[in-house]
Amino acid sequence: MNKTVVGIVGGVVVIAAGFALYANSNHSGSSDAKSSSSTSSTKVSGKVLALGSTALQPLAEQVASSFQEKNPGATITVQGGGSGAGLSQVSSGSAQIGNSDVFAEEKSGVDASKLKDHKVAVVGIAPVVNSDVQVSSLSKEQLRDIFTGKVTNWKDVGGKDEKIVVINRATGSGTRAVFEKNVLEGQSAVNTTEQDSNGTVQKIVSTTPGAISYLAFAYLDASGIKALNIDKVTPDKKNVEDNSWPIWAYEHMYTKGEPTGPTKAFLDYFSTSEVQKTLVPKLGYIGLTDMKVTRDSLGKVTKN
Amino acid sequence: MDNITQKLTQKSESTKKDSMGRAVSLAALALIVIVVVAIFAFVISRGMSTFFKDGVSVSDFLFGTNWNPSVINPHTKQPYIGALPMILGSFLVTFLAAIVATPFAIGTSLFMTEIAQKRGAKIMQPIIELLVGIPSVVYGFIGLTVVVPFIRSVFGGSGFGILSGTIVLFVMILPTITSMTVDTLKSVPRHYRESALAIGATRWQMIYKVVLRAATPGILTAIVFGMARAFGEALAVQMVIGNAALMPHNLISPSSTLTSVLTMGIGNTVMGSLQNNVLWTLAMILLLMSLVFNLIVRAIGRRGEMK
Repeated sequence: MNKTVVGIVGGVVVIAAGFALYANSNHSGSSDAKSSSSTSSTKVSGKVLALGSTALQPLAEQVASSFQEKNPGATITVQGGGSGAGLSQVSSGSAQIGNSDVFAEEKSGVDASKLKDHKVAVVGIAPVVNSDVQVSSLSKEQLRDIFTGKVTNWKDVGGKDEKIVVINRATGSGTRAVFEKNVLEGQSAVNTTEQDSNGTVQKIVSTTPGAISYLAFAYLDASGIKALNIDKVTPDKKNVEDNSWPIWAYEHMYTKGEPTGPTKAFLDYFSTSEVQKTLVPKLGYIGLTDMKVTRDSLGKVTKN
Repeated sequence: MDNITQKLTQKSESTKKDSMGRAVSLAALALIVIVVVAIFAFVISRGMSTFFKDGVSVSDFLFGTNWNPSVINPHTKQPYIGALPMILGSFLVTFLAAIVATPFAIGTSLFMTEIAQKRGAKIMQPIIELLVGIPSVVYGFIGLTVVVPFIRSVFGGSGFGILSGTIVLFVMILPTITSMTVDTLKSVPRHYRESALAIGATRWQMIYKVVLRAATPGILTAIVFGMARAFGEALAVQMVIGNAALMPHNLISPSSTLTSVLTMGIGNTVMGSLQNNVLWTLAMILLLMSLVFNLIVRAIGRRGEMK
């Protein structure tokens, strides 16, 4: 009896202590961030939470770790969760940075006027097919017909007699939004199999005969899949830079209002040419400094 | 004298510990009750806002067959929020998996308790326990790399669908149903068996007419528990079912379940938007269904008490 009581009490105490520590650390974290922002000294310290887009996550993690090497006082935590989660968490103030594949203006339920956009990289997206598909180039119209369900057999677009298996990303996924905006032009996609990540799509396309989907450039290099040309343009970095490859998007880091303190330092570091020329291309993204065009949230493209 | 009065009027050390233990366990209970109530309140308030805040009608939601919350239907000016395909998909995989798993579970547990008790305890018990412990993502991954291509090559199509989901869930709920059935069979009193054998029943007659009869409520409870697990399973099913919010035409057409739509969509929507609220409504349906499963288990338990 005695031992049980002691055990229970001990357990409760440990749990309570855990909670207290957690609350405490959270508290000190935010106050840290505030104090360093108010002084805005050269020494960067404090905690930053960046969460959202899983497409941006690998890059953000790399940049965060190299930023922390240079600023040992700063702690940058990068989490996934999806673009929607990123935008809503940064709007509500529970994260300092919200990562997103899409402009906040394009996401319903977000007050974009309160958020400040920081573009950090460009990601290209290409249609991919299983390598047994004999087609290697499609026109944009053909691609649209496939994804809206008008064409259901590869022989109608110059391939062999084989059923087309369309694999989509989840509704609301940033990659899907970008693809649909640039390819479907307002039409809605056929209701079909949906998968929740680039990795799963890559695996399923490589194993399913007749499958078609779309992937970020970083995932194109895999056995069993092949990227398609659109209107004879190959999906590569050079063609994205001058907008001749149309399916690309910015990776955004949103802050609530102007960033301060460690958040600002981190975002500034992200846009230095050191990061944009080395880490960004290394992980399969395209550096902002290489882009020859700019695109706004309405899709208007201007030359730099 | 004083000393004795003091001892008699004051709480002793043991009594103090006793009441302290009582308080601690009461606090633990209260915490759990608060957590459960909070979860229900949160999910239901979020889920209901689809109907109250966004003005979606309940019947449109439950019986509509077109799911695409981010697209507005030009005729009704409402988004497409028919959840019937997912509700149907969830029930189909659950019932099919239970139907397939039950005979295997009963057979295995009969073998373990009635036919080969020693070998059963030595070999089967650890295997069953091992199966319970495998994480669902592993089941899903095996489903994706083995089951889906197999279904594709045998039945055609893409391989994703209710059938693949059923097969994966079958393996996942089999250990649950089996281990609970084993416990039930073990709790059938020994004298039932002995009486049956004494009046000349064969072993099969004894099993079929006495043991299984006596264990029926327990077996039903085991099946319902298995179904509850299948109904709530998200990850493994999501990997093999295809996640197309379409009415299932047949067992090999891509479909979806409540859980698969939830896990796919929750990170891509913004808190408070309709797209997010409808997901909470799906979560509410899941929660209510698990409540129903619990009530069924209790009802079976009460009715089936042996007389």
